[in-house]
Amino acid sequence: MSAVAEAPYVGREMRRKEDPRMITGRGRYIDDIAVPGTLWIAIVRSTEAHARIISIDKSAATGRNDVVAVLTGEDLAGDFAAPMAMVWSPPGVEIKTPEYWPVARGEVKHVGDPVAVVVGRDRYSVIDAAEHVVVEYEPKPVVVDPEKALEDGSPLVWEQFGTNRTHEWKVSGGDIDAALADADVVIEQRMVNHRTAGGAIETRGVLADPNGDKITLHSSTQIPHILRFVLSLLLGIDEDNLRVVAPDVGGGFGSKLQVYPEEVIAVALAKRLNRPVKWIETRSEAMMATHHGRDQIDYITLAANSDGTLTGCRARVVADLGAYQLLLTPFIPELGFPVMGGCYKIPAIDLTFEGVFTNKFCTDAIRGAGRPEATYWIELMMDKLADKLGMDPLELRRKNFIRKEEFPFTTALGITYDSGDYEGTLDRLLERLDLEAFRREQEELRARGIYRGVGFSTYVEVCGLAPSRAVGPQGVGLQAAFWESAMVRVHPSGSATVFTGASPHGQGHDTSFAQIAADRLGIDPQRIQVIHGDTDQGPWGWGTYGSRTISVGGEAVARAAIRVQDKAKEICAALLEAAPEDIELVDGKYRVRGSPDKFKTMAEISGAAHIPPQELPTDIEPGLEATAMYDPENFVFPFGAHACVVDVDAETGKVSVVRYIAVDDCGPPINPMLIDGQVHGGITHAIGQALYEQVVYDDEGQLVTGTFVDYAMPTAAELPSFETDRTVTPSPVNSLGVKGVGEAGTIAATPAVTAAVLDALAPLGVAWIDMPLTPRRVWEAISEAQNGGAQA
Amino acid sequence: MSTTVAVRLNVNGAVHELEVEPRLLLVHALRDHLGLTGTHVGCDTSNCGACTIHLDGKAVKSCTVLAVQADGVPITTIEGLAPEGGLHPVQEAFWNDHALQCGFCTPGMIMAATALLTENPNPTEQEVRHGLEGNLCRCTGYHNIVKAVLDAANVKSASLEQHPEVTA
Ligand code: FES
Ligand code: FES
Repeated sequence: MSAVAEAPYVGREMRRKEDPRMITGRGRYIDDIAVPGTLWIAIVRSTEAHARIISIDKSAATGRNDVVAVLTGEDLAGDFAAPMAMVWSPPGVEIKTPEYWPVARGEVKHVGDPVAVVVGRDRYSVIDAAEHVVVEYEPKPVVVDPEKALEDGSPLVWEQFGTNRTHEWKVSGGDIDAALADADVVIEQRMVNHRTAGGAIETRGVLADPNGDKITLHSSTQIPHILRFVLSLLLGIDEDNLRVVAPDVGGGFGSKLQVYPEEVIAVALAKRLNRPVKWIETRSEAMMATHHGRDQIDYITLAANSDGTLTGCRARVVADLGAYQLLLTPFIPELGFPVMGGCYKIPAIDLTFEGVFTNKFCTDAIRGAGRPEATYWIELMMDKLADKLGMDPLELRRKNFIRKEEFPFTTALGITYDSGDYEGTLDRLLERLDLEAFRREQEELRARGIYRGVGFSTYVEVCGLAPSRAVGPQGVGLQAAFWESAMVRVHPSGSATVFTGASPHGQGHDTSFAQIAADRLGIDPQRIQVIHGDTDQGPWGWGTYGSRTISVGGEAVARAAIRVQDKAKEICAALLEAAPEDIELVDGKYRVRGSPDKFKTMAEISGAAHIPPQELPTDIEPGLEATAMYDPENFVFPFGAHACVVDVDAETGKVSVVRYIAVDDCGPPINPMLIDGQVHGGITHAIGQALYEQVVYDDEGQLVTGTFVDYAMPTAAELPSFETDRTVTPSPVNSLGVKGVGEAGTIAATPAVTAAVLDALAPLGVAWIDMPLTPRRVWEAISEAQNGGAQA
Repeated sequence: MSTTVAVRLNVNGAVHELEVEPRLLLVHALRDHLGLTGTHVGCDTSNCGACTIHLDGKAVKSCTVLAVQADGVPITTIEGLAPEGGLHPVQEAFWNDHALQCGFCTPGMIMAATALLTENPNPTEQEVRHGLEGNLCRCTGYHNIVKAVLDAANVKSASLEQHPEVTA
């Protein structure tokens, strides 16, 4: 018998439980929390990209009204027990990791580096005072281009290493040399996957509140438990004396999967001053001091036989890591490696990753983190190969797809893809997009000078981090684990609370976790509250990122709820004088199989669990709650097929997305409405990268895109409505069959958009343009192609 | 330190007498002085629209207005859009259509959308998209926001077709 109720809540479109607060302005985000007596923090940040600090004159700031303290890196030296943390230590590879203190000591390495901290009584006055801290710098040579940084004689970000190369990490499978030597066709391409920002509309912020020996840090974070763990090491405070609370978090996208200097500073100051302290990042600060993403140059080689059968692929990735190593900085480019090669059978894969220091802020995880880059290159290389072979790009894909019946499929790299039906999603996509009709329309439009193009992406991604042994110390080498936890507690009157170690920030798990628990408990989801983001409530957990929360955290909820169900059946059986195995949960009733009139409700059972009646055997423990820690045996591999249609104005270079169709497969949906929402947002994030967004530093290391004026995120006016559809291929990895979907759209969409632009411009002879495909870049590519590739 | 000036803020039907610095932004007066934290701040260049309120019935970014400039002018914030315990049709549509994820842009979006529908009660999709150009959302890709605004325009004050929901 299934352990799940007959008419499950899982699978239903259900309005979100979190929304009534948020649509009425009653959400509680970090800056909405006020504690009496709070002091404000402002950070004095470096205006130089690389310099020695000659002097810091605090006097004009210290003397101002409302200022309580002005502290430099030297002043705070005794407040920090250890430098900022980076947690990747791959076996056999040394990663150069400089000491990174929350406030600079002696030198600054990028624009925005904290050089002093001002504490005062008012939001505005600390910013005034910060402007009166006078810092004298001796500028040092700056390097911003990662390939120049690798050249001999380049300025060094860290002289002690004698090089800007942080590390090299390799992984391969199959005989790549033979594959390249024997192939009929070998194509190569250099691709730039440029630096982007997370762009959460809520910036970061912290409020550290001391009470006796205990300090509570409220932080806009995706990882409260990890944050507490790392803070305890960096500050020398035991975890029992630290509480981290993530309130409502206004978007993360990986940018809040971090332990930041300001979080360390706030707790240190709360401890030092014994006062609550608050810091709310301005958007200008966010652009320079919240980690960036992507920023890699990829040299790709793809080899095939003349019939289109892929024989090998090689990638050399040069990743610009910025000036320091933060939590996962050097690992993010590599994070895509399990799906390098995409959804294709490739017998030989050879990957090399090089990290590079530059005088910019750190890169780290931003939505997709390594997999958008991996998907970008394999999908665009498939198009190029098709072009070279004179094959249809979709036929080339079909020819090389891992077939449905071949799962679980182990790739050349030894990664086992759990399940898939790549033809199925592509077929579904083509039901929605009549390609022949499109090609006819495209011809007609071209005749009228309108350049329309279509681009495809048949992606597979890897998510659901976990499994701890694969990514942990003896696996890939992260000094961490990635299981997830849930505690399910049924209250005496029959409602329930689910505590999760995950830390959602927009994904809607208050609702979807309630749906999962509801089916297994026999309780209406409206009577199940989900609690997350507080290290003092519920079990330890690893947070929300990497599209892991449903497939790891959701499975933990399912398991904990089943444990509660088992105990409820045991109690029910005792009350009804039946055998526990004869109790079934149907329509919210625990009833005796074959005697539907003999039943107990969860309220009756939970009442008996909490206030045991005489007939309940004394060997049944009181209470009705259970905890599950779940560490999966494998990743999950969502996949799909996307198509993007664009119009390009050849006169101006402006690209307009006119249609976007996404068919995704993330297993059985928990709440389909939430999946569509994730896909919409994910696609938009990628369209932003493909067409508009770029973090730009000039040659002196000054940040050119310092605000939302210069960092152009897409608005509603630039986008069409999206067409979404699904196929359902369950994962064998977890009992729900689910795979994550938070990043899928972002992973899938950049190649689809780029391919669409290249398709549109094919008649003009444009073969390649690096993102972002801004009007200027597109226009330049067109004119260059029209002038026979002549140098501008 | 700095001199303060008196200002009367008429917010959601209640009048508040405040002594504020002349440079105090309206958004901070609402949030820090009146505790109306539903109006959010997402940028420092008037780009994001998270701070959108109604000033004399018009959508205005409250980070671009000084508190003193709003003296005496009727202000509506997200907290006052619907009577206590009720929902404005646009709020209801945002809920039904899953037009929010993290919810941070949402109050500003809703205030911009309600003003848009006041000016143009039957907008096309393109009119909604252009009308919301001043409000950024990083989560939703705008798809469901646009849908919600169109749905709210269609139902107006009539009762909404309920989204399938578990309990009544
Ligand atoms: S806070 Fe961004 S526009 Fe007002
Ligand atoms: S819902 Fe998160 S920014 Fe719009």
